[in-house]
Amino acid sequence: MFTIIEGGGERPVDARVEDGRVRLSADALREALGWELHDGTLCNDTMCVPLPAGSRLGEGGVFDLGEVAATLDRPLALDAEAGAAFVGVSAGERAQALGSLIAPDFTLSDLAGRPHMLSSYRGRKVFMVAWASW
Amino acid sequence: MWQALYDELRDLRFVVIAIALDKSADDARPWIEKAAPTYPVLIDTQHVVADLYNIVNVPTALWIDERGRIVRPNDVVFGTDTFKHITNLESARPLAAVRAWARGETSGFAASEMRGLQTLPTALDQQARAEFGLAEWLARHGARDAAARHFVRAGDRPDGAAISRDAAGLGRRRPPLLSPAARHAWLERSSSSARPTRVAA
Repeated sequence: MFTIIEGGGERPVDARVEDGRVRLSADALREALGWELHDGTLCNDTMCVPLPAGSRLGEGGVFDLGEVAATLDRPLALDAEAGAAFVGVSAGERAQALGSLIAPDFTLSDLAGRPHMLSSYRGRKVFMVAWASW
Repeated sequence: MWQALYDELRDLRFVVIAIALDKSADDARPWIEKAAPTYPVLIDTQHVVADLYNIVNVPTALWIDERGRIVRPNDVVFGTDTFKHITNLESARPLAAVRAWARGETSGFAASEMRGLQTLPTALDQQARAEFGLAEWLARHGARDAAARHFVRAGDRPDGAAISRDAAGLGRRRPPLLSPAARHAWLERSSSSARPTRVAA
């Protein structure tokens, strides 16, 4: 089993690892990442991304995870030996969100395990400091 | 570190939220327990906030107004002058700016100014974050050797960033961020950038 980590979750998928490349079936791609190929276009529930000219993605029902990530303009960190890959968020998506100036919401816990949602502080001015003990 | 500021301004509908970009809650725990802050200190071992806000150094702060808008981008801050002899940055001026904002005397940056001041993530930043994300997951699942490979890759970037410095701390490739040398290096870089006057508000 191979694990794909994405969007805060992780999914075990059937994958073939050959020469450091990870190959998925159409079913595995849909289950792991929610994308399907239709007429030269990769689609999920909310959007479609056309394949670049000459792309052989999905040929013979095989999807190379690296090519999928590249097509979607998403960073991919892959460890074939450990059997895991992390699909990150594209710089464009992050830049667009930050450019809107709307503070991205998140929920994190404090030391006591109590969750805090940023948006629950709406109505107050927030001075948000990032630090680390190291 | 921010307790005095919070105590002073909390009645003005102002809150400090600290995000600890540590490897584990246990790393942050002694610091937090010693300071015993009454404002929230949130643990972000997976660097969720660093990714969402493109935070590449610590300590930095940003301002979010009552409507949930960012009105001042990430910028270096110190709550005290402990490191002043190294950084040559005084805490007083940024803290005065925070006070003025909390009291309604200034309003942070306008949207047009903000867009010019923001540092947006590059593909390289996001690749490093993916490497960090994989490394962190592998470390949590006991794959230490594999994790180390990816922590190194997360740190293998020309500009160095919070995520990569943390990674480097684990991979022992670079000194930890709080070493005076590292701090000095990035402060020099940030003060020689084209945006030295962000302390305007």
